[in-house]
Amino acid sequence: MPEFVLTVARFGFLILLWIFVFTVVGVIRKDLFAGVRSKGIVASPRGVGGTVPSGPPPAKAKRGKAARQLVVTAGQLAGTRITLGEAPITIGRAEDSTLVITDDFASARHARLVPRDGQWFVEDLGSTNGTYLDRGKVSGPTPVPLGVPIRIGRTSLELRP
Amino acid sequence: MKTQRNAELGLLAFAMVLVAAYGAIVEANQFDRVTSTFWVPAALLSVLFLGLHVVVRYTAPYADPVLIPAVALINGLGVGFLRRLDLARAIANKEPEPGFFAGTGGRQLAWTLGALILAAVLLLVIRDHKVVSRYAYTLGLVGIVLVMIPAVLPSSLSEINGAKLWIRVGSFSIQPGEFAKLALVSFFAYYLVRKREVLSLASRRVLGIDFPRGRDLGPVVTVWLLSLLVLVFEKDLGTALLYFGLFVVTLYVATERASWLIIGLLLFFGGVYIAYLLGASIGGPFANFYDRAEVWLEPFATENYDRVGGSYQLVQGLLALGTGGLFGSGPGAGSPGFVPEVRTDFIFAGMGEEIGLFGLSALLVVYLLIVERGLRAGLAVRDSFGKLVAGGLAFTLGLQVFVILGGITGLIPLTGQTTPFLSAGGSSLMANWLLIAMLLRISNAARGPAASGGGVDRPGGPKKAPTQLHGAMTEVIKP
Repeated sequence: MPEFVLTVARFGFLILLWIFVFTVVGVIRKDLFAGVRSKGIVASPRGVGGTVPSGPPPAKAKRGKAARQLVVTAGQLAGTRITLGEAPITIGRAEDSTLVITDDFASARHARLVPRDGQWFVEDLGSTNGTYLDRGKVSGPTPVPLGVPIRIGRTSLELRP
Repeated sequence: MKTQRNAELGLLAFAMVLVAAYGAIVEANQFDRVTSTFWVPAALLSVLFLGLHVVVRYTAPYADPVLIPAVALINGLGVGFLRRLDLARAIANKEPEPGFFAGTGGRQLAWTLGALILAAVLLLVIRDHKVVSRYAYTLGLVGIVLVMIPAVLPSSLSEINGAKLWIRVGSFSIQPGEFAKLALVSFFAYYLVRKREVLSLASRRVLGIDFPRGRDLGPVVTVWLLSLLVLVFEKDLGTALLYFGLFVVTLYVATERASWLIIGLLLFFGGVYIAYLLGASIGGPFANFYDRAEVWLEPFATENYDRVGGSYQLVQGLLALGTGGLFGSGPGAGSPGFVPEVRTDFIFAGMGEEIGLFGLSALLVVYLLIVERGLRAGLAVRDSFGKLVAGGLAFTLGLQVFVILGGITGLIPLTGQTTPFLSAGGSSLMANWLLIAMLLRISNAARGPAASGGGVDRPGGPKKAPTQLHGAMTEVIKP
């Protein structure tokens, strides 16, 4: 077999090996970006109209700013944020809650946040110690304005734009 | 999230093309022509991996798409390299070309079949990784027993090349420690999930680092003693480092406290240094370790090189790597015959001569990507047990590559570890494929839609894709 062919094969193999590596990295990258894109769709506020979130960031909806994030401001999980989508957020000590809080004063399924037409409602799920919106106890679904603390046990949560 | 199974299939095909190309170049260099059957080993491997791919498609559709192709590439190149050694020997002895299931390469092919069947069975039986935590204490016991068996067996049944790591029955030998890793990771993970609060909260602050209370150190010290016993009685630093590193890192992942890493490193290096000093002064069970350390410090010294069990292996390996240089001599064109143990411990040196630094670093990046995907699965999965198991398994794999590669290149004292997926040997291959199957299972849980994440909180509402609820991302912002 001519020397030339062997040399080409030798370097060709190495190049192919690295192409494989970069293809794998490409798949991983695509995977990451797929995650980002789907997060974008989930995170789009309801105020925009729920179709396809395209064009400029839809921050200015009709009724002022829409809530985009749920931020834990006090308690053990202080600093945690959840990007809001269209799915309800459940809060409690149960493992399958969206926000699992390890608070002695919280129930397993304590409260949930539900979006209705761009407005988020907080609802108590029959907790032992109750859910408070600012100072008032939540008895039925109550609209949550931006920046008003929801208190569950020792944990405080706020909606942020 | 998409299942990405087709991406996996594509990458797998690519990997198999590489394995076939490797086989062809080997034959071109060895026989000076490419035989008409060069593709057969690659095709056989493709069938095997395709089988696993199909199993994954049905049992873990959301599993990570990168793991199987990356491992398949390394496994396939391993088979190819072992077959290349068989070909070289057949040519030297003027024998006919060995059959596809003959020789070390053929046996490795058969072991691959066995390993893939085990991995498929694990995926089929364990549909939810959390089930494993129910058997955690049993697994812990099994792990410790597996570690201990070679130590208590008489040398005639357990010793190969000075390391007591084996159970030998006739010509057949297995390395129980490889399987012990998996059992121990599951046990550690379970134990730490139960104990993480007390380990991370109760502490004293010394020099700005939080140190845990004395009584909480108990399990760590136990594992430390266990790994030192391994070191002394099984004469194997690598395995000791593997178990200990595994536990310390799982502990670190569970508690997020760097003090564990500091304590772990101090304990390990302290232990190793004391073993070295003891070996120098009183010898006995520590002598073997002392010898290895001496060889590591001065591999090119004449007295070390000429001594039986001295640095001959290490130096030959280093020379092979040096001969390979940047681009290597080409698959099949090197002379791995000079390197002792080139089928097992020194396979990286043998391959390095032929594919060079350029090729070796590609293989290392592939290992790195496998570990990264494992850690990623650990980050993304929602339950603590899964996080710890995935983190622990991925780290073990990385640490094992580090230990053997560090040994071959002279970075740390050489110890007989197998190179995962590459070295000849059934135990290692099976155990590591089981590890990958477990990672696939956990990554499936991490990337797939939450199975139990709905139901309660969506009464009345339309059954939406649960990805939405699951897609709500939490991120912790450190103050």
